[in-house]
Amino acid sequence: MNYEAVIGLEVHAELLTKTKIFCNCTTEFGGEPNTHVCPVCLGLPGTLPVLNKKVVEYAVKAGLALNCEISKFSKMDRKNYFYPDLPKAYQISQYDLPLCKNGYVEIETSDGVKKKIGLTRIHIEEDAGKLMHENVDGSLVDYNRTGVPLIEIVSEPDMRTPEEAYLYLTKLKSVLEYSEVSDCKMQEGSLRVDTNVSVRPVGSKEFGTKIELKNLNSFKAVQKALEYEIKRQIKLLENGETIVQETRRWNEQKGITEAMRSKEEAHDYRYFPDPDLVPIIVSDEWKEEIRKSLPEMPEHKKERFVAQYGIPEYDASVITASKPLADFFEKCVLEYSSAKTVSNWIMGEMMRLLKETGKEVEEVLIKPHQMASLLNLIDNGTITGSIAKTVFEEMFATGKNPEEIVDEKGLKQLSNEDELRKIALKVIEDNPKSVEDYKNGKDKAIGFLVGQIMKATKGKANPQLANKILLEELSK
Amino acid sequence: MSITKDQVIHVSKLARLKFSDDELEKFSHQLDSIIKYVDKLNELNTDGVEPTAHIVPISNVFREDVVVPSMDREKILMNAKEKEDGCFKVPKIIE
Repeated sequence: MNYEAVIGLEVHAELLTKTKIFCNCTTEFGGEPNTHVCPVCLGLPGTLPVLNKKVVEYAVKAGLALNCEISKFSKMDRKNYFYPDLPKAYQISQYDLPLCKNGYVEIETSDGVKKKIGLTRIHIEEDAGKLMHENVDGSLVDYNRTGVPLIEIVSEPDMRTPEEAYLYLTKLKSVLEYSEVSDCKMQEGSLRVDTNVSVRPVGSKEFGTKIELKNLNSFKAVQKALEYEIKRQIKLLENGETIVQETRRWNEQKGITEAMRSKEEAHDYRYFPDPDLVPIIVSDEWKEEIRKSLPEMPEHKKERFVAQYGIPEYDASVITASKPLADFFEKCVLEYSSAKTVSNWIMGEMMRLLKETGKEVEEVLIKPHQMASLLNLIDNGTITGSIAKTVFEEMFATGKNPEEIVDEKGLKQLSNEDELRKIALKVIEDNPKSVEDYKNGKDKAIGFLVGQIMKATKGKANPQLANKILLEELSK
Repeated sequence: MSITKDQVIHVSKLARLKFSDDELEKFSHQLDSIIKYVDKLNELNTDGVEPTAHIVPISNVFREDVVVPSMDREKILMNAKEKEDGCFKVPKIIE
């Protein structure tokens, strides 16, 4: 029998507000344990949570960017459970009236098929604290993260393959980054993914028993865990066994999923409206105001880059996949007119160095005007193209101006005819075989000889001039 | 609607409360009569009436996104039963 998988994803993203969702404590990552905490965070008697307006704005912004309907009326609810990461014994979240619903994300699979993945809802809630278990005789709790605002984005069970799940996450992350509502840093926990997966015979309309997967620390881990889990479930069914609904944990080292001990009395959260917080009403005017603040989304930017700068569609899609990279490109183009040259440098040298150093685009020290200066140095003949790559590496490492690097290291292009002629004569003398080849009609030999001049000048010789002088000398 | 003893046991577990058998018996009767009393509300026709989210008719009470220094950690941890390395210490939790 042929089986297909049914996959749904729950993504939690921390919002980029300065303060927590219900109090004025900072949301800054890190900090000594329990130093970003106040009585509201701890839910001490007599405290009153007050909703951060920016949280609503950012969540609505994300909802609009993800094609959602924005609820005119929504409210906050208490989700009750005992766990020490929640000092109040309840989490303030949204139950039946989320802020956003019925959105979608469009993905394009490797065979070029476009598919819409539905979003059930986006709601706002507070994050929980951090538990540390290293201690032998107890667990330690740090409440710095308690109350950091989150949006939870719940997808429809619309994905059928691990690849689709991966593409969905990549696209979702890109949209959230573009809308500037979350920095989506998985390593700092500002983006977290849980997934539900079941399998069923192809053609069946009913869902199989779903398994929840946890401990997914990267998008690649999501894909790998799903691949493993789908195979495991199919094998169980083929052996005539039944699948038990449970939560399983991805073990990255072993590359397998493992059953987690289930919490007793799980999932009886007794939600009820939080009496400390009043309803949220998003008027059409407010919604439109937020919509106006929404920056251009990746697709539009890509189309605009092609139309406005005349770069190929491929270049545009590579550059716009990351907003910081797209911003860098545009600032460079403001200072240097050949967009294609800029895109070549970004996709070539810059992306190569980013990959090699593991740096984020935001950490790159090169300023757009410095990039433009470098390209101008090539254009006006001060340096050669190959030297420019060396200069670029130095700029990437130090943030220095290209002119400064060229001066310091003596990298100026050698365009002095007398000097070049001297070197050319020496090269001709040292390479009689190639000279002979050339004279016997092998035009390619000239390339080798130019190469020798470049080598002798450490890449600084003006290649056109070197070529011209060689031809003159050889025809003598 | 009537409240059974099993429901009282379930709810007391969720609330981390322990009752004797006599108490369970007593509470199921008491809760049952409370619920039956409130059940009277079901006699009202509420078709077309929006569910109440909050009893006070106000909405959109917000705070501006401005950082105010947090409380001293010493004070935060003052009432903790146990503490260690600037953290609250709780009985060992195993995931």
